[in-house]
Amino acid sequence: MGPIPGKTIAEKIFSAHSGTDAHAGDIVVADVDFVMGQDGTSPLAIKALERMGVTQVFDPKKVAVVMDHSSPSPIEGVSALHTQMREFGKRTGVKVYDVGCGVCHQLIPENGHVVPGDLMVGCDSHTCTYGALNVFSTGVGSTDGAAAMAAGKLWFKVPETMKVTYTGELAPGVFSKDLVLFLAGQIGADGATYKALEIGGPVIDALSVDARMTISNMAIEVGAKAGLMKADAKTLEWFEGRGERVPAPVEGDADASYCCELVYDAGAVGPQVAKPHSVDNVSPIEEVAGTPIAQGYLGTCTNGRLEDFAVAAGILKGRKVHSDVRFIIAPASKQILLDAIAAGYIQTLVEAGAVLVTPGCGPCVGTHNGVPSDGENVISTANRNFKGRMGNGNAFIYLGSPATVAASVIEGAITDPRKYFGEGR
Amino acid sequence: MTIAARAIKFGDDINTDYIISGKHKFKSNDMVAMAVHAMEDVDPHYYEKAKPEGAFLVAGSNFGMGSSREQAPLVLIHSNTKAVLAKSFARIFYRNAINTGLPVVECDTDLIDDGDELTLDLEGGVLVDVTKGITIPFPPLPPVMAQLLADGGLVEHFKKHGGFALD
Repeated sequence: MGPIPGKTIAEKIFSAHSGTDAHAGDIVVADVDFVMGQDGTSPLAIKALERMGVTQVFDPKKVAVVMDHSSPSPIEGVSALHTQMREFGKRTGVKVYDVGCGVCHQLIPENGHVVPGDLMVGCDSHTCTYGALNVFSTGVGSTDGAAAMAAGKLWFKVPETMKVTYTGELAPGVFSKDLVLFLAGQIGADGATYKALEIGGPVIDALSVDARMTISNMAIEVGAKAGLMKADAKTLEWFEGRGERVPAPVEGDADASYCCELVYDAGAVGPQVAKPHSVDNVSPIEEVAGTPIAQGYLGTCTNGRLEDFAVAAGILKGRKVHSDVRFIIAPASKQILLDAIAAGYIQTLVEAGAVLVTPGCGPCVGTHNGVPSDGENVISTANRNFKGRMGNGNAFIYLGSPATVAASVIEGAITDPRKYFGEGR
Repeated sequence: MTIAARAIKFGDDINTDYIISGKHKFKSNDMVAMAVHAMEDVDPHYYEKAKPEGAFLVAGSNFGMGSSREQAPLVLIHSNTKAVLAKSFARIFYRNAINTGLPVVECDTDLIDDGDELTLDLEGGVLVDVTKGITIPFPPLPPVMAQLLADGGLVEHFKKHGGFALD
């Protein structure tokens, strides 16, 4: 007998949750630790449960629905869908996060619904965000979500894993958003389709948990099923006080089998911008600097966390948003809003000219809170810049880090934020 | 069963925002009403072209990238899209299509031009471009997905078996 080959994080989590010796390529039916839906997807999941003849969920403590994408409701159709979600909560006992609580991908980990080592599914593609917290979390559709809510299980193909390592050190003014945009530019929108990513290296170790979540959040933008990181002392500290569940961290084995390994020198990466109309249409900021903008947006499940507000407030302190620019800000959760108020960031940003909107998805998905006009350019911290994404197919969306957005709203044009960092400060 | 319809062709990386934009999909659960907006940001006339006689949506690689919205396969079904033929599919869309009963076929779509008359026998595994007089090969669905599609989608599978019953 030869040595037993090692396993990836994905293979270990699927083995533990399916009771099998799971390897990449296997089809397993696995227990899920949590199931989530948002206001664009939960109503269809509720309808699917009704069609299945299912009246209760497998465990009300392990299911939540969140009103974040179009919240508070801008139109009566949405109001009716929100009502369905509230009634579903009353009927089944699942947790309902109502308008103003925040983005699902902040609320689920923030409230301790998942812990390292978990397997969870969410009816939203950016559910991969909690990979940064060592959770195998992945986006599914409403019918898959309904099946998981009913059975506490779902079928999965155990993915192959692509290893991504960032070496070196981030330069001042360069952030985790730039690292993940750089990755999208390198491997493309389908560069990791059907695969899990394991993302690590000294640069990831040095990042805060907030910053790591930005990277895992965008795993789906390269087609990946998950964007996994190991749990370290920072991760475990982040979970302290968030709930009673005990983390069970999982690490990939040194001799695990990876389908490919990519290594990038983070020190060579400067601020990156994704240009219209695709997330992998990425350039170093120098190539787009000077592009005029009419709107800036700080927020979303990608970059609406406290650290992001700290960076933007640091740049805008004592400065003004350009008179031709609307600068919209949306904290990712009520807790982040409160923390940002306490830290003075909201005061700074609003004094500079920012417009604060409800914690939630904000204008990211084109339902409310700042639909751009025809021909306008937007610089945003979101994760998608598809044509029409923000509600107008004739607008142009650029994506960058919170620092890039903050620097750009001052100038009224896409601006390299490095002048506010390091020696040039 | 053999389905016959014309091809309406698109390029690579058609995302779910293009299939049905967020500004429409959050408004209601009425897929029939929503379907008139299917594909409108990339082809404003898709619905009127597809609806009367049905159509095959033919695309390049990575069809359905982006969000998890199940409204995407649903509006295609309600715009009378008979199947989606693409070089490759994004993962969540592919699952959602099977779960909702929209056939998806991975094949070399470079062989097909916009407007070509096609016939598809999904169970028999035969795709013919009648206009060009060629048969286009495609691999069978993975067994789990074939089972779900044969049951009529995931809801029907659940009703039939009372839960997951996948071999």
